[in-house]
Amino acid sequence: MPEQKVVDIDYLLKEAPRERHFITGAQAMAEAVKRANVDMAIAYPITPQSEVMHLVGDLYAQGYLKDYYRAEEEYGTMSAIAGASRAGVRVFTATSGPGLLRGIEAIASWPGHRIPAVLGVLTRVVNAPLSIQPDNIELAYLLHSGVVLLHAENQQDVFDMTLAAFAISEMVDVYIPVAVATEGFFVTHAKGYVEMTPEDMKLPPRDPYKAPVPVTDCEVPPARIQRDAPVQKSNFMSYLIHAVWQQEVWSSTQRAMKYIYKYLNGPIEVVNPDADVFVVASGCAAAQGREAVRYAQEEGLNVGLVKIKSIRPFPAQEVREALKNAKGVVIPEHNIEGWLSKEVKAAIPNSGIVVDGPRVYGGMTLPVELIMEEIYKILGIKQEKKVVI
Amino acid sequence: MGLRYVQPAPGFKQYLPKDYVDLIDFGPFGKEVDASQIGQFKEILEEHPMCAGCWMAYFVRVFYASLPNPEDTIVLGTAGCARLALSQAAVPFIYGNYGDTNAVASGLTRALNLRFPDKQKDVIAIAGDGGLMDIGFSMTMHSWFRKEKFTTIMVDNEVYGNTGGQESGMSPKGVQLKMAPKGKKFDKLPATELAKLAGCVYVVKIAPTNIKRLSKVIKRAILAARHFGPTFIHAYTSCNIEYSIPTEEVLRDAREREKKDFGFEEYMTDEVKAFFEEIEKKKKEVKA
Repeated sequence: MPEQKVVDIDYLLKEAPRERHFITGAQAMAEAVKRANVDMAIAYPITPQSEVMHLVGDLYAQGYLKDYYRAEEEYGTMSAIAGASRAGVRVFTATSGPGLLRGIEAIASWPGHRIPAVLGVLTRVVNAPLSIQPDNIELAYLLHSGVVLLHAENQQDVFDMTLAAFAISEMVDVYIPVAVATEGFFVTHAKGYVEMTPEDMKLPPRDPYKAPVPVTDCEVPPARIQRDAPVQKSNFMSYLIHAVWQQEVWSSTQRAMKYIYKYLNGPIEVVNPDADVFVVASGCAAAQGREAVRYAQEEGLNVGLVKIKSIRPFPAQEVREALKNAKGVVIPEHNIEGWLSKEVKAAIPNSGIVVDGPRVYGGMTLPVELIMEEIYKILGIKQEKKVVI
Repeated sequence: MGLRYVQPAPGFKQYLPKDYVDLIDFGPFGKEVDASQIGQFKEILEEHPMCAGCWMAYFVRVFYASLPNPEDTIVLGTAGCARLALSQAAVPFIYGNYGDTNAVASGLTRALNLRFPDKQKDVIAIAGDGGLMDIGFSMTMHSWFRKEKFTTIMVDNEVYGNTGGQESGMSPKGVQLKMAPKGKKFDKLPATELAKLAGCVYVVKIAPTNIKRLSKVIKRAILAARHFGPTFIHAYTSCNIEYSIPTEEVLRDAREREKKDFGFEEYMTDEVKAFFEEIEKKKKEVKA
């Protein structure tokens, strides 16, 4: 491994020179970990995530990380991540679908425990029936957990969001976990161009004393530390402590927004802001939305894209502003339930303009034609039925 | 830092609660105390909300008085009776989720070793029969298989006491408890045998009837974990409520169980044995 020098967070994320590589999403995530000065990673296999943690294991073998092991299962993984983070080191792990759900009791407690961990979520069907394909219904379960949730469209996003996630999670006014999600296989196992910072530069190490809560290392006073379990005090204290703590966690999620602006150019990206019809999408679906905008342009239709990068905190205000003159909104998703559609509808005053779909699930691909069909319907364009073989 | 973090800045001491100041002046930090000296120093655990006659409360009290290095000790617990007392002690305490103690302790111990390679920080997971042998079983076992260097203590009251008296894997066969309305159908899990098979370097089974012996094995388990690998203490800490043991009979019950199925057993690897012999030898030399 090359000698890595520590550089300033802002420099690495915003100014450092970048070089173009043609790599998979899994590689992009590992390349970000390589540059993030991660102390320790804990792995547990599940398809399609495994590739990421194999690559992180290689980084450990090369000396980029100080500790790495394969845990017993995801609940054990997520719990050990919490333990390591409480002791003050920078940690990383990744999982998929059923693995995320197996670990979610621990993950949902990370914000309350103030664990600034970074979690990769490489989406996969939640059983049953058994499948390993990239449905993203699992992200619906993360929406209410208090973690910051970023959703990557492509390999470049995976790199940028993962690297930024380490910086954002450890900001004193945030200090909660950041999950970086992307679709399994479509992104993790496919190659794309990624502009990467030099591999001989890394983020500054975690400073465990720059924290809103004391690290558990017997180095910080006071000696009598009890961050948890108010339940034994009294019912009243229990309600009160839990209530204010939750308020603080969710405020922390909101406070992450300014860093999402700073390091990721904001929580949304708008293409063709004066459009009549918008495709609103996150993750892989945004790439198909982008294609739909191109198709529409070729056909002379005024269609735009709102790509949502940050699912938590949800950019309600930004979405409302972007869609204020829209005549119709199409929300393509890779899940049956339409969690993004619900978020968008709740954020705008005229939710009737939202078309529920198109949705594909079970891990199917999302043909641009499905999005176009909804656009035609909104614009009152009659299409001849064509049989596509 | 260790001891220093317990000490307040000079001008600050007068503003601290008396309880805290007493801990600094008369507590066990930075001294070598023994559980048999209880009453002669300010204890790490003084108040707790556990039931009158609770043998687990007694165990926890002795446990805290036996720490070889309380200023550099972190205790982990999980749901159950023990955490009610553990969380009120003057040693950092982590309550994570259900049955996760040994996974959290694995991450914590490794991370502390990365940050403080030249300093000893003792990590101790202390949980009940349900936490370690039922819900946390795989994490308990795998932390041992991986040879994680921390101490696991099972305070076995043979029941889910804190949730109202349900059967656990460590309840004796035949006992009628909630969720076992017709009596438990299978034997207690062989916890100490599992610990030995899984690679614990020091394993003890004990009914706490002798305070000196109890204090000694707690110290030994912690010292051995520092250098050699996982250590395990299986302690009988009866639930006088769910098993209807009159308060004044709790010690007698422990003695009976000691005779019956909780006889003292101490296992250690040759390496650990040699280590303790060396320590004993040095102590004798100092005395002489």
